[in-house]
Amino acid sequence: MQPIQLQWIDYTILIAYVAFVLGIGWALARYMKTSADFLTSAHSIPTWVTGLAFISANLGALELVGMAASGAKYGIMTAHFYWVGAIPAMIFLAVFMMPFYYGSKARSVPEYLKMRFDERVRALNSVAFAVMTIFASGISMNALAKLLNQLLGWNYDLALWICSAVVLLYVLKGGLTSAIYTEVLQFFMIVLGFAPVVYLGLKDLGGWHAMNQSLQTVATHTVAPNGTQYAANAWTSAWQPLLAGSAHNPMGVDLFAMVFGLGFVLSFGYWCTNFLVVQRAMAAKNMAAARNTPLVAAVPKMIFPFLVIVPGMIAVALTSIPGKGYRIPPPVIAEQAYAEAVAVVKSASPANAAVAVTTIGIDLGKKVDSVKLTSLITDNAAKKLTDAQIKTGIYNSIAEYDYDGVILSLVKKYCPAGLLGLALTALLASFMSGMAGNVTAFNTVWTYDLYQAYFAPGRSDKHYFWAGKVTTVAGILLSIAAAYFASRYNNAMDIIQLVFGFVNAPLFATFLLGMFWKRTTGTGAFLGLFGGIASSALFHAVTTAGTNAPGVKGGYLAVLQTFPSEMAQNFWLAGFAFTVCFVLTLTISLATKSGKTDEELTGLVYSLTPKIKSTDLPFYAQPGVVGVVLLICCAVLNFIFW
Amino acid sequence: MGLDIRWPIGLMFTLIGALLTGYGLLKSDVSMSLGININLVWGVVLLVFGAAMVIGAMRGGAAKK
Repeated sequence: MQPIQLQWIDYTILIAYVAFVLGIGWALARYMKTSADFLTSAHSIPTWVTGLAFISANLGALELVGMAASGAKYGIMTAHFYWVGAIPAMIFLAVFMMPFYYGSKARSVPEYLKMRFDERVRALNSVAFAVMTIFASGISMNALAKLLNQLLGWNYDLALWICSAVVLLYVLKGGLTSAIYTEVLQFFMIVLGFAPVVYLGLKDLGGWHAMNQSLQTVATHTVAPNGTQYAANAWTSAWQPLLAGSAHNPMGVDLFAMVFGLGFVLSFGYWCTNFLVVQRAMAAKNMAAARNTPLVAAVPKMIFPFLVIVPGMIAVALTSIPGKGYRIPPPVIAEQAYAEAVAVVKSASPANAAVAVTTIGIDLGKKVDSVKLTSLITDNAAKKLTDAQIKTGIYNSIAEYDYDGVILSLVKKYCPAGLLGLALTALLASFMSGMAGNVTAFNTVWTYDLYQAYFAPGRSDKHYFWAGKVTTVAGILLSIAAAYFASRYNNAMDIIQLVFGFVNAPLFATFLLGMFWKRTTGTGAFLGLFGGIASSALFHAVTTAGTNAPGVKGGYLAVLQTFPSEMAQNFWLAGFAFTVCFVLTLTISLATKSGKTDEELTGLVYSLTPKIKSTDLPFYAQPGVVGVVLLICCAVLNFIFW
Repeated sequence: MGLDIRWPIGLMFTLIGALLTGYGLLKSDVSMSLGININLVWGVVLLVFGAAMVIGAMRGGAAKK
């Protein structure tokens, strides 16, 4: 897409943000006295801050961009990621799991695993997490640098190194607390930066109801890849297209895969075990605050679909209305190709339009809408159009979509200079915050679970504090390396993310059994986890999705099953891996002896931990009660968008 | 932890709010934003939000004493 021109006001807002973020780091530096202060915030953060940081850590720019893209591709059904996936998992974490994470006084999730099981399980989890989190950081920074390059014309290397330097500075000074504070800042930036865009988009369409009507028209004119006609509510109803079966919704999934695969395995696996988010809850002031953190986070999380998913739906509706001068951006095409296409249009006449259309399609390397192109050729023959007008006409006729470009295209459309600066700074903030979050999580896991546990045990706290600082620098440098890797080797990144999916899928089974069944043994947990990961890889090796040929996307050993879409394949894989891990852990635990006595496990397992009596809290403030209320709110939302 | 987070949040949004409000008053270009001077309107909203945060931070500091 064409680069945006920023005005002085936009740059001022951006610089103000960077200045404040660095200022936060500097102001916090004086409070960093111990390694605990630096790496875990030493249990000092108020609940509302940890709550907002909790969801903010997850709300990176990739989520913003990705959710808008999914909103365009799948409609309101995308909200399941939030309403069926995240919310129940967060409530479960708050009510049932935080007592063990926080009560055990573990400084990290892998450390909890060491206390509950043994070093093998801790090692497996911490190594996997450390590697994954660095790659996640790199992916985020690569996407940021590419965006700044495409959008503002900034040099990729410069953008990458400067943004990384800013993150390095404030994390080096203020540690985890800096990261948490900037995550909260980022949260407000995102809400305040994008709310106007959503408002203007809906106003332009004539309101929510009008948008839905446009979406229904789009649905009735869209045919699924396998030939079925979508029902009118394919984009506007969250449940009915799902219940109708995988052939009837754009996501290509069925009810079981959605609820069990996404809703249970993947969501609980992420929200309940991923140290990136759990670390924020562990930084809370006390047990009650730690349990309330995910609950506090659940409230904005429920409302976020309206901020991040609706833009995608707005984009689809706008594209379908001719007079709005908007279309979902096409994939990026070289200027050279456009120039060739313009030349073809100028030399074509209505008589040989069909040939011209085909030539243009080949020049651009994309599918084109022949009706629009033919009318463009006719227009040009009737009254000589300018080159710019012809180019716009060609641009509008490209029939392929770059959904990842949706949120930015809406920002470009509605934001004048000023608001534009705010929205772009919000996007920038979320990328940098993503890097900071990943680096601080990496920092804690490396310093405590790998360095202190295996490389240099028994040193002074000053030593580990220093190690934490060194690791911050190393973490940033490794992220930059991962970013370059991601930018060079697209396919390799796909493989890496695939492997991470394999590792995450069975994880929740291990935690579930570990926390709620005292009979689970270290050997059972370790072999179960290993087996779960292996079964993920196996499942992937024998299944394909949609029209994918066997290869990186699966099915390279044999094709035993083909799923309607990659998402469906993903969700079923998760369900399968979870089940294998669960069964293996259970049976092997029954056959082996636990290395821990009941005394050692007190506070780590449900049956050996005294129930928390929150007698000083009124009934309605107890985590269990709040959890139920939130679930009811979530159910109401599901019902409204039925 | 020492620094009340409401200070930086409040100050930053007050500053950005003031910038946007000023810019909205200077140049009311409403062509993109459907006839609404969105910089002015939203600038005021941010100002109010920032001020509320700063007031919260000041009262929080006073309460401790």
